[in-house]
Amino acid sequence: MGGRDATMVLLDENGIRCDGRKVDETRRIMIRAGGLKNADGSAYIEFGDNKILVGIFGPRDVHPKHMSNTDTGILRVRYHMEPFSVGERKNPAPSRREIEISKVIKEALEPAVMLEKFPRTAVDVFIEVLQADGGTRCAALTAASVALADAGIPMKDMVAAVAAGKVADTIILDVNNEEDQAGQADMPIGYMPSLDKITLLQLDGVLTPEEYKKCVDVGVKGCKVVYELQKKALKDKYFGNGED
Amino acid sequence: MDNKRKYVIPGDVITTGPFRPEQNVILEGEKIISTSIGISEIYDDSVRVIPLTGKYIPKINDLVIGKVISHTSLSWELDINSCYVGFLPAQDVFGRDFSAHADELSSKLKTGDLVAARIANFDRTRDPLVTISDRDLGAIDSGDLIKISPSKVPRLIGKRGSMIQMIEMATNAAVTIGQNGWVVVSCETPEGLLKAKKAIEMINAKAHVANLTDQVKEMLEIKDNES
Repeated sequence: MGGRDATMVLLDENGIRCDGRKVDETRRIMIRAGGLKNADGSAYIEFGDNKILVGIFGPRDVHPKHMSNTDTGILRVRYHMEPFSVGERKNPAPSRREIEISKVIKEALEPAVMLEKFPRTAVDVFIEVLQADGGTRCAALTAASVALADAGIPMKDMVAAVAAGKVADTIILDVNNEEDQAGQADMPIGYMPSLDKITLLQLDGVLTPEEYKKCVDVGVKGCKVVYELQKKALKDKYFGNGED
Repeated sequence: MDNKRKYVIPGDVITTGPFRPEQNVILEGEKIISTSIGISEIYDDSVRVIPLTGKYIPKINDLVIGKVISHTSLSWELDINSCYVGFLPAQDVFGRDFSAHADELSSKLKTGDLVAARIANFDRTRDPLVTISDRDLGAIDSGDLIKISPSKVPRLIGKRGSMIQMIEMATNAAVTIGQNGWVVVSCETPEGLLKAKKAIEMINAKAHVANLTDQVKEMLEIKDNES
């Protein structure tokens, strides 16, 4: 996907990355709550060059009926990439990777949502990646939390997510597509700041125990930045004009 | 302790200390955390959040407005704008001597009919049981249905019914408010009907604004002068 530039410098001597960021800086993030009229809740996120739209339906009846649980509601997540979201047309059928990410995001959201209040129902989360540029699972998880809050699903906390990684032997925050392809490690982290709990942690690459600890610390710090933007997006929608 | 109302979103720490967590808050260690987008209120010993979004969750004794989806030979199913369907048994309408072969359910309520009903029973294990055997309950034969967000119903009613009384006085309309966010307005004059609908939609759009009563009053009066 896109010819890789062999001469690209991932990290120069001044500590500036290939896209001009510092090592502990995230990409530009814009989150908007709401926007879809027919969904019960929705959110749109631009995370660098990632563009992701999330729609929530529910709590609603479970179909097929046998999936319902009499003790609690269930969460269903579909992560889907548009055919035009990447350089070369992507087959719109769900791929192995998309099925995995759907499951991972579902399990990262489950500790936050309090579905035990809605037995025998389902909450459906539809994630559409319009444009992908590395770190879509984190961006999607971030947007899904905002959309769930917008839908009024009770949540213990919102999940903020960002990836940390290792590039040119340095721990960096928010891995982009080039760094993901050419870097040494990529660690997506989902984190609930108010509860101080991690709900998603994956690692692709090799890290020493020290690097691992540093990576988690950097990622958690990044999540707190993202969390503030999530809160701002919701406050803008609901308390926008600041009148009390 | 200050009773300051605060805008909160899920995960916000409202306060710490020995408070009783009420609606839409959880106690996590010492911290009291909001679970919804809404307005937090701290009382002497308890904390609650009034939500601004969310589906209607049935509560026993709530008045709701439902729409008949279907019926079997023994009961109707009502859409009550919730994640559960309302269950209206035939005995409730036909009385104790109801017989499944002698009585035809569609003779009383057809699919698509609007019904004012009360939640008779609801728990986690079953769909809400509704009843229409009470004064002011039963099929609604005239009026316009307006759908608002269920979380904004308390705002539409106002403190001790002040808001809705004001609208009814100003427009001569009769307004039936279901706790599930469905509202039926009926009025003898089309102007009054339009005005009442507009006022209700305004409250739906601006529920979080503080001096909403004055704004609605203003709108109703301006309209009066024009006509």
